[in-house]
Amino acid sequence: MNSLTKTAALVGTDAVAEAMRQINPDVVAAYPITPQTAIVETFSQMVADGLVKTHMIAVESEHSAMSATIGAASCGIRAMTCTSSQGLALMWELLYIASGLRLPIVMPNVNRSLSAPINIHCDHGDSMGARDSGWIQLFSENAQEAYDNTIQAIRIAEHPDVQLPVMVLMDGFIISHSIDRLDIQDDASVQNFIGTRNPTYSLLDAQSPVSVGTFDSLYGYFFEFKRQQEEGMSNALKVIQEVGKEFGSLFGRPYGLFETVGMEDAEYAVVATSSAAGTIRTEVERLRSKGIPIGMVKLRSFRPFPAVQLAKLLSGLKAVAVFDRSNTFAGNIGGPIFIELRSSLYELEKRPRIINYVFGLGGRDLSVELVKKAVSRLIDIKPNEIIQQNVYYLGLRE
Amino acid sequence: MSTKLKDLAKKPQILSGGHRLCAGCGAPIAVRQVLMGVPDDVKIVVACPTGCLEVSTTIYPYTSWNCSYIHCAFENAAATLSGVETAYRSCKEQGKIKEEYRFIAFGGDGGTYDIGLQSLSGALERGHRLIYVCYNNEAYMNTGIQRSGATIKGTWTTTSPFGNNSYGKKENQKNLTAIAAAHNIPYVAQGSISHWKDLVRKAKKAFATDGPVFLNVLTPCHRGWRFPMEKTVEIAKLAVQTCMWPLYEVENGKWNLTVKVRDKKPIEEYLKPQGRFAHLFKKSPEVLAAIQENIDREWEKLLHLCGEK
Repeated sequence: MNSLTKTAALVGTDAVAEAMRQINPDVVAAYPITPQTAIVETFSQMVADGLVKTHMIAVESEHSAMSATIGAASCGIRAMTCTSSQGLALMWELLYIASGLRLPIVMPNVNRSLSAPINIHCDHGDSMGARDSGWIQLFSENAQEAYDNTIQAIRIAEHPDVQLPVMVLMDGFIISHSIDRLDIQDDASVQNFIGTRNPTYSLLDAQSPVSVGTFDSLYGYFFEFKRQQEEGMSNALKVIQEVGKEFGSLFGRPYGLFETVGMEDAEYAVVATSSAAGTIRTEVERLRSKGIPIGMVKLRSFRPFPAVQLAKLLSGLKAVAVFDRSNTFAGNIGGPIFIELRSSLYELEKRPRIINYVFGLGGRDLSVELVKKAVSRLIDIKPNEIIQQNVYYLGLRE
Repeated sequence: MSTKLKDLAKKPQILSGGHRLCAGCGAPIAVRQVLMGVPDDVKIVVACPTGCLEVSTTIYPYTSWNCSYIHCAFENAAATLSGVETAYRSCKEQGKIKEEYRFIAFGGDGGTYDIGLQSLSGALERGHRLIYVCYNNEAYMNTGIQRSGATIKGTWTTTSPFGNNSYGKKENQKNLTAIAAAHNIPYVAQGSISHWKDLVRKAKKAFATDGPVFLNVLTPCHRGWRFPMEKTVEIAKLAVQTCMWPLYEVENGKWNLTVKVRDKKPIEEYLKPQGRFAHLFKKSPEVLAAIQENIDREWEKLLHLCGEK
């Protein structure tokens, strides 16, 4: 298949709206919230202009947005929504229902901090709050990745071995409201890539009516359902890689569970996600040019968490620094990526030393200077050094 | 399609027997009467919020519903069903589906008056072609008789108990039927399982209405209201005869009293057989008077709205 590529300059929200236009979902139910609003606005205009076949439901809350999306997706069609921050928090109980019903809903979430204090800027506290909700979570570094991830998410979610909802994450304002250069594929190629949804069940199957969301109590199969759900998430590790590879072969931008910079000969590594990876990459490449054996791992798939793959990659390194744009409030034991990565490394014979930088809460800027400060501590770690302090707050005024 | 009992009795049961609702429960009576209004040539999808009806009719791997059914959560049956209805319109427009479908939610008063009110209001305002039926038993019965916004003044419930400092629930119930009517949707009606002919007629209108419909149906609960289980329909009838639960409809903004009550019975006749009000007769007769006063005032208002005065 030959794909025509068009170069565009779009803000992140418009890049996602463009992906949604090309996906052309049957139903979108959404509610505005800063900084996601521009996606709803742009997509509403596309509906108004007849550019999509989508029936749009302008609901009265995010709770109803997810409820209506669940209802629509239960009819075997493609249904999408999108949100941010408090909106995602308001959806919380329904996130578990969407994944428990195994509905392949795709939802861009523009990462924004959670109140209080109220703050509209980026951190990952919102999506991290949903990390155990059974949703696949894919981080995007820039508008290109947000666009690419939204398209790939359809295939991942609907894969028969997965059948789980997918959250596509991008950083509020930093990506959502910044103009970025990106490549847009032609509509036909995107449509060919995503294909059509082949649902197992539909509420609108007149020949075979179905009861969805039935009551499954003490003597039922709740535990078995939940075990199967975990299986779907494990299967997603393979499917995310397959879909990312196919996407790459068609459009020239391959994707995996994570991306690496200089890890072939690295003795130190920084693990990061999202837009921060761009800033960190600059510093890592500068140090590499000076001969310092440091690499970077940019985590794309936070759910499923590629524990085995990361452990293999990081085995034998001297030290690893994990950048978390959210905190767990668990008593100073670090951010969620740090905690999960450290746990993943436990079985290794040659475990690297590991430290954590919590940064950027409420949109606090991550400058190259701050990265320099963090990395200088990292490459200063000696083999067998007993680490006294694991968790640092980078850019904090204290 | 006639509303003759012998014709209605021939209709296939959409809610089958064998469900686990209590013997004497008013809810399945309401469901059956409303579903008698389903036109012969259409399919339906039912949505239930969490509640007695939901937990008792869909115990996995069984279902009592001979139609498609969805339960999502407690406060969102209307929003969930609006998604289903929109998916249907999309499929219909794309030629992916030939059958005619109608969409109907059955929610208790807790899931409708209280926690589901926002979701309901949103769905009504957006104009989806769906029917929302509240089976109103005036408290949270599924969790064991807690007060709701539908519970009437003076009622004993487990969260509005009577005691030295309390005569039961202090507040009057809200008028959800009027709130639904204030959305200016094409059809709103109040029904009772005791007046099946009136309710089936309203259900038929509901299924024929191209837009949102709200039906508020009184369904006594003998467990929560404390009366013998064989008296369910009689109690519902007394609610109508005392004007505690007037039967009316609001069709395209026009209010119409569908069951005229010539000789309004005193409220004591309705309250006396119910254990949930027993304490009022013993200790708080002034509350009985306050309940009567509220009924009289609301009834007068309704008569004016319906052009009966």
